[in-house]
Amino acid sequence: MLNAMIIDAKDDVVVAIEPIKAGDEVNYMLDGQVQTLKAVTDVTIYHKLARHDIKKGDMVSKYGQHIGMAACDIKMGEHVHTHNIESKREDLHD
Amino acid sequence: MTFYGYKRPDGRVGVRNHILILPASVCASDTTRIVASQVTGAVTFNNQNGCSQVGSDQQLTMDVMAGYAANPNVYGTVVISLGCENCQMDLVVKAIQERTNKPLKQVIIQEAGGTLKAIEQAVRYAKEMAAEASILQREEFPISELIIGTECGGSDPTSGLAANPLIGQLSDLLVQHNSTSVLSETTEFIGGEHLLAARAANKEVHDRIYEIVHRYEKALQLVGEEVREGNPSPGNKAGGLTTLEEKSLGCIHKGGHTPVNAVYDYAKQLNKEEGLVIMDTPGNDPSSVAAMVAGGCQIVVFSTGRGTPTGNPIAPVIKITGNRITYANMVDNIDVDASPVIYGPKTLEQLGDELLDLVVKVANGQQTKAESLGYTEMAIARVCNYV
Repeated sequence: MLNAMIIDAKDDVVVAIEPIKAGDEVNYMLDGQVQTLKAVTDVTIYHKLARHDIKKGDMVSKYGQHIGMAACDIKMGEHVHTHNIESKREDLHD
Repeated sequence: MTFYGYKRPDGRVGVRNHILILPASVCASDTTRIVASQVTGAVTFNNQNGCSQVGSDQQLTMDVMAGYAANPNVYGTVVISLGCENCQMDLVVKAIQERTNKPLKQVIIQEAGGTLKAIEQAVRYAKEMAAEASILQREEFPISELIIGTECGGSDPTSGLAANPLIGQLSDLLVQHNSTSVLSETTEFIGGEHLLAARAANKEVHDRIYEIVHRYEKALQLVGEEVREGNPSPGNKAGGLTTLEEKSLGCIHKGGHTPVNAVYDYAKQLNKEEGLVIMDTPGNDPSSVAAMVAGGCQIVVFSTGRGTPTGNPIAPVIKITGNRITYANMVDNIDVDASPVIYGPKTLEQLGDELLDLVVKVANGQQTKAESLGYTEMAIARVCNYV
């Protein structure tokens, strides 16, 4: 069953579209293929989880755009929210 | 595609036929409430401003007042002032007359001889207007007469996944039909302003998009504050939105995919048949919606993740959520369930066509849930404290 979705292929996170428990299999569709990973924490419905390991200081993408910077190392399958990423104002002027 | 609306003497077309009892300041607001309660078809609002404001703040208040009176959903206006406020009656009347030639009456409480005499005079004016308004018949017009405001409030991640993309789909359809669609909430462009600027129709619009975002951030920094204080809100975060940038990237989906043709300052008069435009408003919903309605929007389409009852005194507000739990929980307040964008079986295109049909029905007179429940709260944006 699909229980998550990815918005843009460049994204570091997927969105839970069902409640997810630690240890659950997380399935989302990318380019017509089901991708699978294991949740390592609980994830509330519509919250985000990492689809690969993210290093402290890396910019984190959703919608194919930066939504913030990793405040610590984040493991694949971990809930991504205010406890591990923070807002970072970038100069977006072209 | 057409709808049935009310033709106004200034050439614009309304979808409602209200009599506006307009308080020129906070000191006239209780009086307008009492007057409006005496007249079937009358609407009013609680104007917290209108006096003791610096020039730039007074201008925002004047633009909302004049814009409300000029909004084509209004047949005519009875302005009530106390008499001594900064927004003097002659200034308010002049501002209204610069925008419209619709019926307009004035009552000044201090000159009328106090509350009871002012109320009697205003109720008589309003009843006369309501009688005239009741004779008007709806006529058929192309939907290019519609100016539709878009807003998101109480957002959660489903707003960016479903409800705002659905509003964006509606916006694209409206632009195809030569209507005007308004994207608002400057604070919620932050982190996505480059995506909007890349869609600007020309260099002036491109530069203005960056200007309004940077102006907003700077205005708050000048008083030692940060736009990220309070945004995202506790409810946004509980829903799963982590940063302002994430919220913004979801928010701007309401603007669909067409070029941005113009940028308007807060509550200024919008043009019909202009495609997608931006208005510089706060992320705060009641004051953002008020500005778009003052600009002439006849209908507002409003996405919510957490759920909100909000409405507006003058324009019907159509509420949409992409969160299936919220829809089930607050079905009395929410008009459209956009969760099939996430879960199927309906496609975004199907839901967009259905939403456009609903907009036309609401234009024809169908009540939104906020209207049927009597929700009219609104606010006027401010730059700084009262003086």
